[in-house]
Amino acid sequence: MYAFDVERPTSVADAVAALGKEEAQALGGGQTLIPTLKQRLAMPSVLVSLTGIAEIQGVCKDDDGRVCIGGGTKHAVVAKEAAAHYPALAELASHIGDPAVRNRGTIGGSLANNDPSACYPAAALGSGATIVTNTREIAADDYFQGMFTTALDEGEIITEVKFPVPEKAKYMKFEQPASRFALVGVFVAKYADGVRVAVTGASNDGVFRWSEAEAALSKDFSAGALDGLSVPGDGMISDLHGSGDYRAHLVAVMTKRAVAAAH
Amino acid sequence: MPKDNGIGASTKRREDVRFLTGHGKYTDDINVLHQTYVHFLRSDVAHGKITSIDTAEAAKMPGVVRIFTGADFEGVGGLPCGWQVTDRHGEPMKEPPHPVLAQGKVRHVGEPIAAVVADTLAEARDAAEAIMVEIEDLPAAVDMKAALKDGAPKVHDELSDNLCYDWGFVEENKGAVEEAIKNAAHVTTLELVNNRLVANPMEPRVALGDYNRSDDMSTLYTTSQNPHVIRLLMGAFVLGIPEHKLRVVAPDVGGGFGTKIFHYAEEAFCTFAARQIKRPVKWTSTRSEAFMSDAHGRDHVTKIELALDKDNNFTAIRTETYANMGAYLSTFAPSVPTWLHGTLMAGNYKTPNIYVNVKAVFTNTVPVDAYRGAGRPEATFQLERVIDKAARELGVDPIALRKQNFITEFPYATPVAVEYDTGDYMATMAKLEEIADVKGFAARRAESEKNGKLRGLGINCYIEACGIAPSNLVGQLGARAGLYESATVRVNATGTISVMTGSHSHGQGHETAFPQVVAEMLGIDESMIDIVHGDTANTPMGMGTYGSRSIAVGGSAMVRATEKIINKAKKIAAHLMEASEADIELKDGAFSVAGTDKSVAWGDVTLAAYVPHNYPLEDIEPGLEETAFYDPSNFTYPSGAYCCEVEVDPETGKVTVERFAAADDFGNIINPMIVSGQVHGGIAQGIGQALLENCAYDENGQLLSASYMDYAMPRADDVPFYQVDHSCQTPCTHNPLGVKGCGEAGAIGSPPAVINAVVDALQSGGHKVTHIDMPATPSRVWAAMQG
Repeated sequence: MYAFDVERPTSVADAVAALGKEEAQALGGGQTLIPTLKQRLAMPSVLVSLTGIAEIQGVCKDDDGRVCIGGGTKHAVVAKEAAAHYPALAELASHIGDPAVRNRGTIGGSLANNDPSACYPAAALGSGATIVTNTREIAADDYFQGMFTTALDEGEIITEVKFPVPEKAKYMKFEQPASRFALVGVFVAKYADGVRVAVTGASNDGVFRWSEAEAALSKDFSAGALDGLSVPGDGMISDLHGSGDYRAHLVAVMTKRAVAAAH
Repeated sequence: MPKDNGIGASTKRREDVRFLTGHGKYTDDINVLHQTYVHFLRSDVAHGKITSIDTAEAAKMPGVVRIFTGADFEGVGGLPCGWQVTDRHGEPMKEPPHPVLAQGKVRHVGEPIAAVVADTLAEARDAAEAIMVEIEDLPAAVDMKAALKDGAPKVHDELSDNLCYDWGFVEENKGAVEEAIKNAAHVTTLELVNNRLVANPMEPRVALGDYNRSDDMSTLYTTSQNPHVIRLLMGAFVLGIPEHKLRVVAPDVGGGFGTKIFHYAEEAFCTFAARQIKRPVKWTSTRSEAFMSDAHGRDHVTKIELALDKDNNFTAIRTETYANMGAYLSTFAPSVPTWLHGTLMAGNYKTPNIYVNVKAVFTNTVPVDAYRGAGRPEATFQLERVIDKAARELGVDPIALRKQNFITEFPYATPVAVEYDTGDYMATMAKLEEIADVKGFAARRAESEKNGKLRGLGINCYIEACGIAPSNLVGQLGARAGLYESATVRVNATGTISVMTGSHSHGQGHETAFPQVVAEMLGIDESMIDIVHGDTANTPMGMGTYGSRSIAVGGSAMVRATEKIINKAKKIAAHLMEASEADIELKDGAFSVAGTDKSVAWGDVTLAAYVPHNYPLEDIEPGLEETAFYDPSNFTYPSGAYCCEVEVDPETGKVTVERFAAADDFGNIINPMIVSGQVHGGIAQGIGQALLENCAYDENGQLLSASYMDYAMPRADDVPFYQVDHSCQTPCTHNPLGVKGCGEAGAIGSPPAVINAVVDALQSGGHKVTHIDMPATPSRVWAAMQG
């Protein structure tokens, strides 16, 4: 780790000001950034910790019935407090990493980082969530722009994520054996106006929607509706833990399982 | 009622109190006044010529005390290899120099090129980034078979090729084996890989070198399984420091699994540099450094043939193995694929003709050496896999085929040069069938199939050679060390005891189990006895802990020393009671005169030894302290039968271990609970090898699995609850405790059981899979099912 200063703002406004400094870097739960710093792979001069900002913490429902989660809310809090409102989302949060990770990592940090194997991007894209920042609201469909790439501008902070609550939903994760990140994770959500299917872990382009599956499931929300559908192995991640073809195969398997288990 | 003291009691591990409450004292917990920190600049290429190293700018940076490069070590010895193997043609193995810091070339990713010593670790790291190193990349030798081809990149330019040795065992058997295979009714052939592993003890390696100018004394605190061996190797062969001026301390050590046996460059560096700069030098490995500098394990590529006659009796075994040595010979590397592997190829079976060929290969990878089981898991895996394959080809029950070929009479001299003293393989198999409920498998399979899962059952038998080792024998086989063990039993004036042992405990529970033996012999309470280990300054010369040797060899030394104590104490007791020494009996901690009611307590005798007012000074010396060295006359031969049941998800290829049973014969048992714990840990590591762990390099010699993000360690939820039994006991005939050793059994016995179960499951689903290489990851199993 190289030496750096730490700022601990208590408001979004102060955080934004602090992030305006040269070589400043926002710090959420630090689940990716701290290991990166320890490896000396990043050299910020100032870390702006977002964990002391009360206004971006917590889970509530808005007037449209959406579940609204503050950007600085830890996974363990989502697992507990979203359970009554959006069980599939709470379940996803309760299976990220291990207890230590869930009590440090935040939803805003995960979505800002957009790791291609992270769980939350599947929930946000699969729910058609809205990413709220200090300057604007961004639809999930516009937000994710490839692995580790998002629509966020420099210094922009995720203050809240608004999730429309589906009739039924389920996240199915097949874990990479070493890291236990998603080798393939599929989030399926059934809304009155159609079904959304978002896939994480699999693609070189990061989280994506499987539109053929969405179309089939929108007509018939059953695992059988997916028979014969597949995603191509091209463009899928291929590494020590599985070929692109294997990941493509798992996308179909996990989607079926998510549909069968949706509640 | 179970015993609560002495041999056979499941005494709770006393050392766990400090381990579990954070009060252990590990090497990294030791800090010395004026200490400096070293950061090693390591190679990020697998193979290259160092064309220049410029440390000028780095040396000017804040806090830097001194920067060392290979040039500083030109007058210093290289790291020695402790075992010389002689090849098929009677020639010694090739033994290239192994420098402390790279000299001229780098030969694997992670090899230290330069070392920055600074006041703080951060300053050392900062300065290391300012060192300018130019390396001319060379093509890397990574795949073993490719490395032996003409024109392959040479790891060591001065050698003719990358072949370290071509070993045949027993060379004279070769012709008879060929003949037997030619005349066989059936031959089963299997090619397989024994996957490369990284030991990953919980505590990474640490070294702290200290030097006292006033008495010219060097002290090395290090994470070692054998501090005396490190003192001898480093003092005599690397740095030229005489033993009496070198102290090596290995305090609490958080797991070793073999990888902390060896003498490493970092230890030599810290000791050397402390003498140069006249300040202590400390190095604490990061986990990333551990992946690329701890000796790796296994990494064999093997072809095995098993010949059977028309009645399914085994008639011959022939193997050809390529064994990866890595870039340099680690301390005991050459012995692992040879004497710890070839000698076990008979397994539990009376096969009359066996020939083992091993080609050891240099590659541009981290050195490979012993890892829990060391050679024996590799022997067991290939043998038990080929037997299972043969059973399937012949359509016979794998258990019946094994039983038919079991060795049943002991002692048994194998065709691969060892003599098993005792064993009862029928008994352990019968016990296994009972505890594994083999009969109930069909019902469990039906239940799994109802849930859409494939279920398989895998059997494995193993034999291992432990209690390492008779010095005269291993000397003939190329060992450059003796393999005895030592103990000093120091009885204090009030009757309490300190046992100074050459064995080293790094998780095995010696501090609990060793006192049980002495307590049993003296009839006193275990709590009166403490074990002292891990410091060359206060333990007799000992060879340390590995090869499941501690209770069998170190325990035997302790028994011999305690016998001497008893003999002397009886003399003192006879004097105190004015009786004949021959009439003195020791029972329940008191000495009595046979046939009388005269008795004197243990404490009275020990006090008399140290306060010799009424004492036969003309006949015996005061004091009560004895030392013994014990050199075993043979290896010990633990054996067992293991059973694994897995479920395979046919949609994803994911394997889950549903049941696991182990029936072991360890001879006599000192502490059954500790033995069970040792087996549990070994099985977890074996399941790790079979399903999860894989140290992978790419074709350029870059380490792909260089962190826990990609190297999968077994976690608690990867393993089931085990059924473990060690009630089958055929005591060892040649050590005083009748013990055989239990530390490695689990890691030896479990991988074949797991893979046999996976193949069984896949075949039950109609997949024509005859073998799957470890680790059987979901993606590999799925690919195998696709055909």
